[in-house]
Amino acid sequence: MARKHKRNIVPFGPQHPVLPEPIHLDLVLDDEKVVGVIPSVGFIHRGLEGLVDKRDFKEMVYVAERTCGICSFQHGMGYCEAVEQIMDIEVPPRAKYLRTIWGETSRLHSHLLWLGLMADAFGFESLFYQCWRIREKILDLIELSTGGRVIFSVNQIGGVLKDMDAEMLKHFLDVLAEAETEVREIQKTFMLDYTVQSRTVGVGVMTKRQIHACGSVGPFARASGFKVDMRKLGYEAYPDLDFEPVISNDGDCYARCDVRIREIFQSIDLIRQAAAKIPDSELAAKVKGNPDGECFARIEQPRGEAIYYVRGTGKKFVNRMRIRTPTFANLPGLCEMLKNADYADVPLMILTIDPCISCTER
Amino acid sequence: MAVIIKKEPEQKTITIAELLPEVIAIRKRGMRVCQICAAWVNEQFELSYTFANDGNYLLLTLRVVIDKDVEVPSITPIYPSAVFYENEMKELFGVKVENISMDYKDKFYRIEEKTPFGPESEDE
Repeated sequence: MARKHKRNIVPFGPQHPVLPEPIHLDLVLDDEKVVGVIPSVGFIHRGLEGLVDKRDFKEMVYVAERTCGICSFQHGMGYCEAVEQIMDIEVPPRAKYLRTIWGETSRLHSHLLWLGLMADAFGFESLFYQCWRIREKILDLIELSTGGRVIFSVNQIGGVLKDMDAEMLKHFLDVLAEAETEVREIQKTFMLDYTVQSRTVGVGVMTKRQIHACGSVGPFARASGFKVDMRKLGYEAYPDLDFEPVISNDGDCYARCDVRIREIFQSIDLIRQAAAKIPDSELAAKVKGNPDGECFARIEQPRGEAIYYVRGTGKKFVNRMRIRTPTFANLPGLCEMLKNADYADVPLMILTIDPCISCTER
Repeated sequence: MAVIIKKEPEQKTITIAELLPEVIAIRKRGMRVCQICAAWVNEQFELSYTFANDGNYLLLTLRVVIDKDVEVPSITPIYPSAVFYENEMKELFGVKVENISMDYKDKFYRIEEKTPFGPESEDE
């Protein structure tokens, strides 16, 4: 006689050990298998987009930066990109290179943060410590060059507020060389260790077709062979740098680890290229008038494609600013991935999209 | 040297009646829905449906302008992944979206204020 399964709804979050930020998922379980997922957000929604009425278009850079503490710099940069395109501002070349260097440094610390959290989630605490120890070096570089560790506040409409001299760039490269050697060590553990493989290989497989149907972005999509990287759009100094999107074709949790680790090496390489080519110029272009028009700017954040929509009407205050964050775009993919998953694998699988609820709750 | 693709985004203003046929045509072209957003402009809702062609990095935005109480059809039967964008538009702005494949009925965003970015909120 066939065994009767009873369906249950198990709440996951908003508070959960693997989630430092609140998101709620109603997991529909058939025995131990997940058959449906209903997410809900908004526990810490801040309504930052609504501040367009209270902060002028230049001050909104700082509001955009406060969308998230991990990709803070890139949020500011994305907003600046959108306003600069509307106002037809040509950013000086040195500022473009500096933005690229700081942007890639942000990616480094974000990926190392994620690797640490991932190691912690599957119970490998010493690996977690190693990842965050390396990340600390990257944060020190950020603090040394910008004065901030979380919010850098070096972006402004038309360029950047701070410069890096030759000595600082050399120090960057020296520290990154050390970090690269150390990441190669943890790469071996992540990719070859039996315990890591047993938790990640073949878990949470997403095909390229599923990724496309769900509109997923970033390393989550690239781990399923989806070769899309917004840096190819040619913003900032990326047109002068040589790189190809990092992809994997396996589409499982292991592949997502692999892609993010290889993206760390890619970011180090991009910083090296940028440091070698950085030209001398002003740090910011003059900004005259107010934005009049609209623009969708796209950038590649550590978690994937982010979209910044700005609409100005020639006044000091823009009419609308909208940030579509990568985590929001990855929610349908997350729901799809969790279907048919074992309940025990759910926390780890959620972590592999690198969810940033702070971004989502902008 | 890396191959860089730089293209101007395309934008098209359409009526509500044209929305679903246009979205079907876009779907047939294999484009990905990458964002949907609302803006309250000149006492009307301005809805932007943005799609990306990841082969050539082209962005296409469909713009629909509607009055406050007009219902807009959901595109979730064509793009199921649009479900969260449409619920967001409904809950934060108060746009009336009909036939969403999974209508959260104001429970997607666990917020206390109803339609915080909507026109009623502005009037206050």
